[in-house]
Amino acid sequence: MKVIVIGLNHKTANVETREQLAFNGPKMEHGLYGLQKIRGIRELALLSTCNRVEIYACAEDALSAAEDIKNFLAAFHNIARTGFEGSLYTHMESDAVRHVFRVASSLDSMIVGEPQILGQLKDIFDFALSKKTTGILLNKLMKTAISTAKRVRTETRIAENAVSISFAAVELAKKIFINLSEKNFMLLGAGEMAELAAHHLVNNGVKEVAVVNRTHERGCELAREFNGRAVRFEDFAHELARMDIIICSTGAPSYILNKEQMNRVMKERKHRPVFIIDISVPRNIDPEINKIENVYLYDVDDLQEVIDSNIIERKKEAEKAEHIVSEEVEKYVKWMSSLDSVPTVVALRRKAEEIRSEELEKFRSKFPDMNGEQLKAVEYLATAIVNKLIHPPTTALKDDSEDRDELIAMIRKLYGINGEDLER
Amino acid sequence: MGTILFELALTCYFAVTIIAVTGLFRGTRESSRLMLIVTWAGFLLHSANIIYRYAAAGHLPITSMHEATSFFAWCIVLIFFFLEYRYRIGIIGSFILPLVFILMLSSSVLPRGMQPLSPVLKSYWLGIHTFLAFLGNAAFAVAFGIGIMYLLQEHYLKSKHTHGLFKRLPSIQVLDEINYKLITLGFPLLTLAIISGALWAESAWGSYWRWDPKETWSLITWFVYALILHVRLTAGWRGKRAAILSIIGFIIVLFTFFGVNFALKSLHSFS
Repeated sequence: MKVIVIGLNHKTANVETREQLAFNGPKMEHGLYGLQKIRGIRELALLSTCNRVEIYACAEDALSAAEDIKNFLAAFHNIARTGFEGSLYTHMESDAVRHVFRVASSLDSMIVGEPQILGQLKDIFDFALSKKTTGILLNKLMKTAISTAKRVRTETRIAENAVSISFAAVELAKKIFINLSEKNFMLLGAGEMAELAAHHLVNNGVKEVAVVNRTHERGCELAREFNGRAVRFEDFAHELARMDIIICSTGAPSYILNKEQMNRVMKERKHRPVFIIDISVPRNIDPEINKIENVYLYDVDDLQEVIDSNIIERKKEAEKAEHIVSEEVEKYVKWMSSLDSVPTVVALRRKAEEIRSEELEKFRSKFPDMNGEQLKAVEYLATAIVNKLIHPPTTALKDDSEDRDELIAMIRKLYGINGEDLER
Repeated sequence: MGTILFELALTCYFAVTIIAVTGLFRGTRESSRLMLIVTWAGFLLHSANIIYRYAAAGHLPITSMHEATSFFAWCIVLIFFFLEYRYRIGIIGSFILPLVFILMLSSSVLPRGMQPLSPVLKSYWLGIHTFLAFLGNAAFAVAFGIGIMYLLQEHYLKSKHTHGLFKRLPSIQVLDEINYKLITLGFPLLTLAIISGALWAESAWGSYWRWDPKETWSLITWFVYALILHVRLTAGWRGKRAAILSIIGFIIVLFTFFGVNFALKSLHSFS
């Protein structure tokens, strides 16, 4: 039995192709049932997110199953195979296992380290489980994928490095303040980047939001968006003393806040720290302000540097994560090969033989004056019973039935055959 | 027996220091957990050593420089545990536990013999007065470590050095808060220590205050920390200034503790 992954993602396919092949809404269930009908596919799960569509399957003949799956995709979505085949990737056996673990650990994501993908993966496996399309191999695969992802998260700092302006702003704010939910935040001006950063801050929970805009209507509009209040541009200086975090992005051609003004503000707020992010180009806030105690001023270039160093750090962490994934893949593959029937049959026979000889030994010491012939008869009896007892399980194991993997696992459990027994 | 316990505790603190210093460069959750476990091991052995000496001497073992330094280190670990379980910031250990090791190392090279206590000092005041003083000074010692952390993180933020240790250090505001809390803990302890010392002096030597160098320097320490609290509350001297002051304060504590005994003749000196 082999694990197969066939799919496409944001790296291999454009949005149109991804949309065409997506299994959203009821298509998920239909797709699952359709794929199940393919001969040779024993286990199955289906992932469809905006960045990837992937089919996880187990089959004895992986190559022909892969072909059938591709044909099914074309027929199901009603598009020519040539239209998407170039975007597909096919992984088998340990490569397939590695791929699933990398996806779960968010190493294959557009934003490496983002946590959503693990939840999505859990959901689709639960769905497949409820539709009874998975079996022992995929269930174990998913369990290991989840624990691998958790290991990656706890043992590396992959998810801790902000790689966008808005994330960097929040990360910095958290290095200045204890609790963002007690801080007042002012958005000074507007603009895509500033609004994005403001959204991210507000999502992290600030206490109060004040929006300042030269056109008051626009200010009111933004204030509604952020659940805050609008402040007229003429009045913003009066509000400064109450503000802990300020994002500034106005179109002013010169500085709208100078060092002298800020000194006064700091005195008024009793030198409590303040974090100012100046996204505007040209800059709106005198860079000299950064020299004032307890004022932390970052401009666009500073934020970009934060992001650049984070990207380097993230790459280092990703290497560690790949190492963890490799370890887990090795373990899974080992487990899979242990499911092979031959070692289990051997171990079962050995176990039976051990019991037989042990009991015979006991019998002999109990009845020392028994003659050779009688002993032989007893031995014969014991052998016959043991063989009769283990005959049905061994034939079932050798039989190439559909549920053989489950059977092997079950027999190993029932007879208490563990990894050590198999390796002897 | 006491010696073995002391050496084992010292070994633990040495291991802790190595973990703590490497933690500055590549700290993981595992390494800070390990640091905490080994610190506990060292602390328990250390406590056993102190109890052993307490039982042998019949009073709190702080009557030789060896004992006093060791007890001071023990108090610092106590404050460290308090912070660790209150704030759960693993990296704090990296700035405090090496100090514990240095103190223990200095204690280990000092003569370890038990000093007979002069009969005039045999009093329950011995335990009360010294414990308050040591605990208060330990709070100041930890505030010193936190002050250094603050200055580092403040420097990183100002100079926009946003990788490496910056990521492992907590927010400057939490450091400022811890610093303030430690001083508000240490200051009343020192105050009570001075008052209990005066009462004890009255009963032992017949006068409350004799301008003994230790007394004078304790008073200077007291004024420094009173000033730190005063300027924070009235002039808003928080953050960087508070951090620098807590570092200066601890240097004075160290002088009061070691300098007075070695450099000046004092009734508090160990004979």
